[in-house]
Amino acid sequence: MIVLILYLLIVGAGTGGELCIARGMKVVGEVKDFRPLALLGLIPRVLRVPWMWAGVGLMATAFFSLLAVLSKENVSMVVPVTALSYGAGALGGKLFLNEQVTPRRWAGVLLVCVGVALVIVGRS
Amino acid sequence: MFLKNRDLAGNVQAETDGGFPSRMKTSTDLHFKTYLLIFLMVIFGPLGNVFLGKGMKELGPSSTGSITGVVGFVFHVISSGTIWLGIASLLTFFVAYTLVLSWADYSYVQPASAAAYGMVALLGHFVLREVVSPLRWIGVILICCGVLVVGNTPPSTTIEGK
Repeated sequence: MIVLILYLLIVGAGTGGELCIARGMKVVGEVKDFRPLALLGLIPRVLRVPWMWAGVGLMATAFFSLLAVLSKENVSMVVPVTALSYGAGALGGKLFLNEQVTPRRWAGVLLVCVGVALVIVGRS
Repeated sequence: MFLKNRDLAGNVQAETDGGFPSRMKTSTDLHFKTYLLIFLMVIFGPLGNVFLGKGMKELGPSSTGSITGVVGFVFHVISSGTIWLGIASLLTFFVAYTLVLSWADYSYVQPASAAAYGMVALLGHFVLREVVSPLRWIGVILICCGVLVVGNTPPSTTIEGK
């Protein structure tokens, strides 16, 4: 039961956190300068966006859930479970980030989901 | 030429460029840096997970029944070199992920980064000489097809003109 809750946290909090990070980075704006000093200078701007804090909190929850599960289950079992997040991610992108998820992109996401599921079955 | 873009924060962004050739260069640059950062994600993401898995297995099951048990477990975690390698790899992954999300769609980046599954299977087969089942190869091929299909959509759809 605890393992199931941890899996739910990995997928739910992980996807939610990534969506918040994506929204936060859109508020920060497109990064065009990749020199180390410029990237360091970006950190204060990033830290001022509340979405980033929400995202980091949710992703930290998912990360520690991942650590806890990895001490009980094999990595080859744990990592593929994240496949569930692809469908949720595309839906979240459309609803939460106003992204235009075209039928072609949905088709790609579907192919990825099926492919990841087969990778899981092929491993067991 | 004068373009007005509206981002998620509701800010109107104005930019000037020298015309069509400049915009083409911008579009090419956008695709190049998107592919480059997704490549870094595909390399360092699985690497970090493998290091973390190896490090946590070395430590054994966590004993979270008491405070001293938790403190001792955390101490063992932070004194493991393998776990630090995993954290460094995942940090590299996270930086690349965060940067690419500053311009690219989440619904583009997330499935594109699934190419990591193909990378793991290829490394397992050719480097570690692992046996990869036919079903798993079919899965990897489907993932690659999915990544190609998603990769043929525009990386960014929330800002006009990209």
